[in-house]
Amino acid sequence: MNRTSLPIRAAGFGTAFLALSVLTACASAPPQGGTATTGSGAYAWWDPYPQHDASSAWAKRVDACGQQAGVTIQRTAYDTTALTNQALLAGQEGNAPDVILLDNPAVSTLADAGMLSAMSDLGLDTARFDENLIAAGELDGKTYGIPIGANTLALYYNKKILDAAGVAPDSIKDWTSLTAALKKVKAAGKKPITFAAIGTEEGSFQFLPWFWGAGAQLTQLDSPQAIEALELWNSWVKDGIAPNSVLSNSQNTTWEEFLTGEFAFAENGTWQIDSSAKADFPTGIVQIPAKDGGAAPTPTGGEFITVPVQKDTQRYTATKKILNCMTTPEGLVETGTTFAYYIPSTADGQQAILARQPDLKPWVEAVRSAQGRTSDNLGTKYPKISEALWTAVQKALSGAAAPADALKQAQAQTRQAIGG
Amino acid sequence: MTSPSTGAPPALRGPGRPEAGERTAGHRRLARPPKRPRWTAAAFLAPLIVYLLAFYAYPLYRNIELSVHDYTPRAFVRGDPEFTGPANYLAVVSDATFLRALGNTALFTLGSIAVQYALGLALAVFFHRNFRLSAVLRAMFLVPWLLPLIVSASTWSWMLNSENGIVNAALQAFGIGQINWLTSPDTSLLSVTIANIWLGIPFNLVILYAGLQSVPADLYEAAGLDGANAWQRFWRITFPLLRPVSAITLLLGLVYTLKVVDIIWIMTRGGPADASTTLAIWSYREAFGTGQPDFSPAAAVGNLLILIAFAAGLVHVHLRRKEDHR
Repeated sequence: MNRTSLPIRAAGFGTAFLALSVLTACASAPPQGGTATTGSGAYAWWDPYPQHDASSAWAKRVDACGQQAGVTIQRTAYDTTALTNQALLAGQEGNAPDVILLDNPAVSTLADAGMLSAMSDLGLDTARFDENLIAAGELDGKTYGIPIGANTLALYYNKKILDAAGVAPDSIKDWTSLTAALKKVKAAGKKPITFAAIGTEEGSFQFLPWFWGAGAQLTQLDSPQAIEALELWNSWVKDGIAPNSVLSNSQNTTWEEFLTGEFAFAENGTWQIDSSAKADFPTGIVQIPAKDGGAAPTPTGGEFITVPVQKDTQRYTATKKILNCMTTPEGLVETGTTFAYYIPSTADGQQAILARQPDLKPWVEAVRSAQGRTSDNLGTKYPKISEALWTAVQKALSGAAAPADALKQAQAQTRQAIGG
Repeated sequence: MTSPSTGAPPALRGPGRPEAGERTAGHRRLARPPKRPRWTAAAFLAPLIVYLLAFYAYPLYRNIELSVHDYTPRAFVRGDPEFTGPANYLAVVSDATFLRALGNTALFTLGSIAVQYALGLALAVFFHRNFRLSAVLRAMFLVPWLLPLIVSASTWSWMLNSENGIVNAALQAFGIGQINWLTSPDTSLLSVTIANIWLGIPFNLVILYAGLQSVPADLYEAAGLDGANAWQRFWRITFPLLRPVSAITLLLGLVYTLKVVDIIWIMTRGGPADASTTLAIWSYREAFGTGQPDFSPAAAVGNLLILIAFAAGLVHVHLRRKEDHR
């Protein structure tokens, strides 16, 4: 089936090529009849941002980077899960695009499939990127992508409710003080907290700060620390501190709930900064506390820029220029503000964005203490572990199993799945 | 849309597949007369054969091929999967999720089609006695069919929300406490089944209503003269004469319901903790629901579903034959 579609696609791209080569005399790639990735001077770029259409600031920025590299970029946007599947299909057909912006847990999966070029092979230096952020792109000692920015989680609060309940945000230092604050809010007749415990990757993403904050490791899902973390969430749902609907809440739904103004706290990400500023009530953020105090390590989110392997290695020259354009300190700041918000992934970039927007400071700190989900060389094992973890969370919060039993089953499930 | 009676034959063809099969059979019979040049027949057949091969035979072959290899993402890209024979099937059948999913599939499917059929038949009989506004009302019952699934499923999950759902709000007005429709393992399967029943009623209504048109009116008149009451008229005339239509409605309902993914996925993602995971949901989750696609077990589960639907089809054919021989 793939074979039959190739000539048609090649013909389409061929036409596009003719048109483009007339327009851009400096197109650097030689025509490659059908065998090359796109068979034309256009550089194919895939990203998971369908919300940014061709007229958006983001699309213009991508175009500008292409122009700097002397090529035209043809951008295609898929949503996050579809993008991984499309990339796998393209890899199978041997016509992967020149650049893919991949959600960070997917990088190791595609790298393991042999689809991605290592940054060192392209001659790109990755030393300037924050170690905790780039770790998600590492597999067996090689780096397969560069974070174009990072986001992470914190606790947004509704200042109006906290003031009314007499809770000072800086009093929240550990789980005990947080739970005390939540109980105060409840006593004042408001809803204390909401988060997303849905049975998808988002559920694991939101649980990880508590899981890691208790001192648990992803390699041992049923450790006493892990049980403590799940018991914390479980007690919140049982005591009515968190609504039962957290079980079906995606992060977006959680945010909608918070915006109603009825919730004191919501666990959510960097990407809601703009929206929180526009809320009908004053908001603020506190770091998610670790069990015994200090900020809990939060999981990093955000996309990596990756370069799929091409048959025509000459294409890498322009691709490298595009990557450089996207990852200079100014480039990172621009990406960061375009997306409202991404925190730049290098120290320079972080300085630059703070100079422009000092109020991002707590987020920059959160990103610095954040941790990659596929780090510790978990790589392709992470998706399996994550599935077991969100299933355990669902089992416990829905009352299908006690937290300890749910996690024990989860550990058994990962053992079976990854043969560890 | 307001007069489904005239639209009945296309509705019967709804699932699409039988139509193509019938046509091949017909052509083969036509091709037999010796004088016609064979190549003309072949030329006419070719597009259909190509279509069947490309869109039915190949995907089916590919699905079987996926299920007997170990397609990790790596192997998928490189095209060098290890041949594992029935290992995927064994792994699927021995998985703890399997029995749960099988049981859920049975409850979901049988519950859905039984209630859909009963309600659809009741409505069809109700609308059969044309009264004023009956056409308008009947058209309104078709709404679930016309709405995009993402809309109806999202609406259902909003209505059944634990804290803010309208259903719980209504129940609270009668003093019934909060029911966690979608987030409790005891009710989530029931909730998605209810939503699916609502979706399936129009299909049953339209086909059974069309079937009712073919029941001769004079039978009812004769029965009326013999003093049969409405209840007797239904059980002695309507129901037996509708049997062939009922059989095909139930079969199509079964095939449709077995493969339902979207509504459950949107409402519960198969959760909490597999409580509403059917075989179709399980297959979808393995392939697309996690960060790492597992195509081989997903294909194995999919093939088991095809086998179940196929078996139901065979039972149907067998029953039809028996009926014809009588």
